[in-house]
Amino acid sequence: MTDTLLEVRDLRVSFDVYGGEVEAVRGVSFEVREGEAVAIVGESGSGKSVTAQAIMRLIPTPPGRFKSGSVLFEGRDLLRLSEKEMQRVRGNRIGMIFQDPMSALNPTMPIGMQIMESLILHRRMKRSAAKERAIELLELVGISNPEARIRQYPHQLSGGMRQRVVIAIALACNPSLIIADEPTTALDVTIQAQVLQFMKELQRTTNTSIILITHDLGIVADLCDRVFVMYAGRIVEAGDKRDIFRNPQHPYTRGLLKSLPRLDQPKNEPLVPIYGTPPDMMLPPGCAFRSRCDKAMRICELEDPDWTVVGETQRVRCWLQAAGAGVAAVAGGEEERP
Amino acid sequence: MSEPFVEVRDLRKYFPAGRRQVLKAVDGIDFTIRRGETLGLVGESGCGKTTAGRTVIRLYEPTSGRITIGGTDIAGLKRSALKAFRRRMQMIFQDPYASLNPRMTVSDIIGEALDIHGLAASRAERARRVGELLELVSLGAEHASRYPHEFSGGQRQRIGIVRALAVEPEFIVCDEPISALDVSIQAQIVNLLIDLQRKMGLTYLFIAHDLAMVKYVSDRIAVMYLGRIVELARSEDLYGDPQHPYTRALLSAIPIPDPDAEARKERILLQGELPNPVHPPSGCPFRTRCPLAMERCAREAPAFREVRPGHWAACHLHD
Repeated sequence: MTDTLLEVRDLRVSFDVYGGEVEAVRGVSFEVREGEAVAIVGESGSGKSVTAQAIMRLIPTPPGRFKSGSVLFEGRDLLRLSEKEMQRVRGNRIGMIFQDPMSALNPTMPIGMQIMESLILHRRMKRSAAKERAIELLELVGISNPEARIRQYPHQLSGGMRQRVVIAIALACNPSLIIADEPTTALDVTIQAQVLQFMKELQRTTNTSIILITHDLGIVADLCDRVFVMYAGRIVEAGDKRDIFRNPQHPYTRGLLKSLPRLDQPKNEPLVPIYGTPPDMMLPPGCAFRSRCDKAMRICELEDPDWTVVGETQRVRCWLQAAGAGVAAVAGGEEERP
Repeated sequence: MSEPFVEVRDLRKYFPAGRRQVLKAVDGIDFTIRRGETLGLVGESGCGKTTAGRTVIRLYEPTSGRITIGGTDIAGLKRSALKAFRRRMQMIFQDPYASLNPRMTVSDIIGEALDIHGLAASRAERARRVGELLELVSLGAEHASRYPHEFSGGQRQRIGIVRALAVEPEFIVCDEPISALDVSIQAQIVNLLIDLQRKMGLTYLFIAHDLAMVKYVSDRIAVMYLGRIVELARSEDLYGDPQHPYTRALLSAIPIPDPDAEARKERILLQGELPNPVHPPSGCPFRTRCPLAMERCAREAPAFREVRPGHWAACHLHD
């Protein structure tokens, strides 16, 4: 078993809004091993992006609030670092790839300088050395003619190239972890295929760990080793990719997989949607998914289910499995971690 | 085989792009759609699929070409006749947040269409009709007095669908109707569109970039690249036996939500990106990225020809 690189424990983040408090992340725990790619899957509002931003300490406080939790990374708790110490982690030890490459780049600065910035800041490189490294990085992410490109501005590049520049910035200081928040959502499929292929190779050759945040289960199947499914601020199912796809246990995970058309699905076989809509974040007690769940029981209204171990790699938060596994095991509930 | 209900011949839509340059967004496309059929139109951003959809129902004035819908020559219609004809062709837009007026109630959003075409004799009749229509998409009359911001994305898209249906159209252009929605909601809307099509005999032009969903929804599919249709075939044939190198690359690029299928799949990675449509390549528009390009592809554009019965492609490999 390889070493744990990042360990998130019982992370709770809420936002003070007009009319109360919204709990965006409600006790999320997971770990990322060295050289591993994990996926956090969920829909809009599930808390997946807030989780990523919380790890990077990019949540503005206020209105945001860290209510509890720790983020252990390379031996330190990121949530306890001073802002100054955190700046030495961001872009240096942890790289981030954002969804929209246009708004992630500075429109008034040539792309070469944007890559050099972090090298000069974190690595104390001289300008000339940083420039050389920037050219190397652009070449690495598959941008042709990098010597000329470094002088160009973001608006002179296509969407796919911009995202490569964002990736180059994330890679600049050889981070041990990259957090990619919907990295290909703004891209076309053929360009997405190029970027994903590149990320896979990167992971293989440099042993960088990746947290991929996405709603696209297809990308997860392609790129990741393990999967965490989030719903309404919680991880509701966790496990190895193959187990999650082949044998999903949570009704929400099952619903997600079933609502996608298979390539061989005939038109007279209707898709199986998940009814209702994702909950707003002022949640009543009980399981957050119960109002959309076709298997909801009485207990689902009363109490949020704890983790049940359902396989070697797989854990689920659902009363159906808890009941099957024997309620006693749950009541014991000694392990919080997925 | 029945007569085509929608027939598009050599349709072109050019936009001025400054400095006497021309952007050929749609550059001579041909297709037909039978009554009650769904034609999928797929391609990457900038390929001209949305422009094509809008030009077909004359939201954009075509630069040239012929469009016939239900026997009427749309391209030649005068203003008043076009307005009357709009009742028969409608559009569902991509972004349910941008396509509904935030200052109008649902009843006015839907009622406006009824008013314009004089389809409700009285206020009571209008209210009754709005209620009926809302029920058709699993909303209720109680939603009529609310504003768009009170609804979720999926519910808004239902309202956009109802607005299109209010005038009882025969032909609907669905421009990426689900791509702004959450995965768990997409299936709801797709099932609804298919259900409505069966009940009302609707004909769809379904524009999208989600290839798995397009295959599920469509009877036939046209693939666009840089303003032209490069392949058109029945859905099963297009996916089972793609003839154009671009279609093959596009299909191989779709990530499949199945780890084993993903591991087995051979991905054709295209080099580079879509060329600037203001300066398209000579000859075949795809040749700059095509792994099989030959010398001839730069010289002449391939003709769009029937390579198998009902299966059309524009590629020199099939000459």
